[in-house]
Amino acid sequence: MAAETPALPGAELFHPRVRLRKGLGSAFLVLGVASVVFGLAMLAFLVFDVVERAIPWLRVEFLTQFDSRFSDRAGIKAGLYGTAYMMFFTILISFPLGVMSAIYLEEYARDSWPKTVIQINIANLAGVPSIVYGLLGLTVFVRWMALGRSVLAGALTMALLVLPIIIVATQEALRAVPSSIRDASYGVGATRWQTIWHHVLPQALPGILTGNILAASRAIGETAPLITIGALTFVPFTPQSPLDRFTALPIQIFNWTSKPQAEFHDLAAAAILTLLVVLLTMNSLAILLRNRAVRRRAG
Amino acid sequence: MHHVTEETIEPRVAAGSSHPPRVRVGIPAPAVDEPIEHPAIEVRKLSLWYGPKRALGEIDLKIAAKKITSLIGPSGCGKSTLLRSINRMNELIPRVRTEGEVIVDGVNIYDRRVDPVVVRRSIGMVFQKPNPFPKTIYENVAFGARINGYGGSMDELVERSLRQAALWDEVKDDLKKKSGLALSGGQQQRLCIARALATSPDVILMDEPCSALDPIATQRIEDLMVELAREYTIVIVTHNMQQAARVADRTAFMLAGDDLVGRLVEYGLTDQIFTSPRDSRTEAYITGRFG
Repeated sequence: MAAETPALPGAELFHPRVRLRKGLGSAFLVLGVASVVFGLAMLAFLVFDVVERAIPWLRVEFLTQFDSRFSDRAGIKAGLYGTAYMMFFTILISFPLGVMSAIYLEEYARDSWPKTVIQINIANLAGVPSIVYGLLGLTVFVRWMALGRSVLAGALTMALLVLPIIIVATQEALRAVPSSIRDASYGVGATRWQTIWHHVLPQALPGILTGNILAASRAIGETAPLITIGALTFVPFTPQSPLDRFTALPIQIFNWTSKPQAEFHDLAAAAILTLLVVLLTMNSLAILLRNRAVRRRAG
Repeated sequence: MHHVTEETIEPRVAAGSSHPPRVRVGIPAPAVDEPIEHPAIEVRKLSLWYGPKRALGEIDLKIAAKKITSLIGPSGCGKSTLLRSINRMNELIPRVRTEGEVIVDGVNIYDRRVDPVVVRRSIGMVFQKPNPFPKTIYENVAFGARINGYGGSMDELVERSLRQAALWDEVKDDLKKKSGLALSGGQQQRLCIARALATSPDVILMDEPCSALDPIATQRIEDLMVELAREYTIVIVTHNMQQAARVADRTAFMLAGDDLVGRLVEYGLTDQIFTSPRDSRTEAYITGRFG
C-alpha cells in the first residue's frame, strides 16, 4: 500500500480560523440578499403606489381624449400618438445608422489613430447628459435645419442620443462572433461583404437586437431633450405629418406632476403606467423577435 | 502519374535542406524522391511577419499534384502559418505581412492583381475544429457554391459533395431539417470537407483536421483523405506523426530556431523522412526526442 502520508510541513505555522472566515462569508451573503431585497422592495413600492393611484383613472377615454384643464376630461391621446410617432422615426433613423457604423468600425476600419479617436468619443458620448443632446437638437435640427419643434426634430435628437448605445452594443455583438465562422466563410471563397451578410450579422443579430431594445427603452422615457427642443405641453391634436408639432408621454407626465391639483398627480400615475405598458410591450416584441432569430439557428 | 525507377532517379536533396544524402550501410535503400515536375503549388522564398515578429523564414516548397503532403513539426514552427498562406487566409489577421511567392497554375497568388477571394474558391480549407455554419446541412454545403455563382443544379452538387465526403448516407434524410451543429464531431468535420469540395477546388488545405476527433472518426477522415487524393491535391498540417506516416506521400519537417522563425528543415517522401531522415533534427523529432 501507499506510504503513510507525512504531516504537512509547517502546519503549526497556520492559524486557519475557519469559523471567522465562514462567518465573514455568511455576512457577505446576508448583505447580498439584503441588497437585492432592498432594490426589489423599492421597485415594488413604486409600482404599487403608481398602480394604486392610476387605477381609478384608467378608462378607455383616458387613452382617447386629449389633455384638458379639467382632470376628468384629460387624456393622453396626444402623448401616446406623439410618442409612437417619434419612436417610429427614432428607430428608423438610429437602427440603420448605428448598425452600419458599428459594422464599419468593427469589420472594415483598420486599427489606426482615427479609429481610436472615434471609438473613445463614442464611448464618451454614451455618457453625455441627455439635456446636452437637447441643446444640440435645438441648435441643429430645430433652428439650423429649420425643422421647427416637430416630431422629426424630436426623433433626430433622440436618434443622436441613442446612437452611441446602439453602436457600442452592436460592436460587442459583432466581436462575439467566433472567428472560426469567418474562417469557414472566407475559406470557401466568400468576400468580406458575403461573410458579414450571411454569417456574421445573423450570428450577431440577437446581441444587436438587445442593444436596440436598450436604446429604444432609453429613448422612450427621455424627457429633458424634448423639453429643451420645445415639445409642447398642451396639445389638443395628433401630429399629421413628421413636421407637425407634438407632445410625448414623458412630457405629459412632467406637465401633470407640476400642476397643483392632486387629481392631475393621479393622472400622471396613470400616464406612467401607460408608458410602462408601452415600453414593456415594445421590449417583449423585440425579445420575441430575438428568440425566434436564435431558435432558427440552433442545432 | 510518374513512375519511379531506381535507375533513372538520382537521390535528390530536399528543397530547403542543405544536407547531403547520407548512405547507410546495412539498411535497404529507402524510396528515393523524384523531382516534382509539375507542382500544384510552388512556394518560393516565402517569409511572413506578425507585426514585427517574423514567423516564416524563406520557405521553398514544391507540392505535388494529387498527392497528400503533410507538414509536421513542433508547436510554433509555423506549419499552420505556412498552410494558411497557401490560400491567403493569413491576411485576415491584422498586421500580417508576407514576402515571397506562392505559384499556383503558373500564377503568383500574392500578385497585386490576384484577389484572395478568388484564390480561396479554388484552394479550399478544412480547419482544426469543425466549424460548420449554424445552418442546415444543405445550406452548409451550398453556401460556397452559391456565393461563387454556381450555375448547375444545387441539389446534385450538394449530394455529390456529401457523397465524396462519405457523409451522404448518414444525413440524406435530414439535409434541410438538421443544423450542421447537430451532427457529431466527426460528421461535422466531414461536413466541412463536403463544404470545401462543393466549390470544386483543386487543392484542399487541412489544418490538423483530426485533432478534435476520436480515433474512429480520425480513421474515417484519413481514409477519406486518401480517397480524395485521387482527384485533389491535399496539404495537411498534423501533430500526429503516425497520421503523417499513414496518409502522406511527402512530408515536410519544419522547425523554429532560437530566433522563433519557422524554417523548412527537410522535405521528401514520407518513407524516407521517417526511415532515414537526413537531418539530425528531423530524426530527433520523429523519434520523439523533442517537440
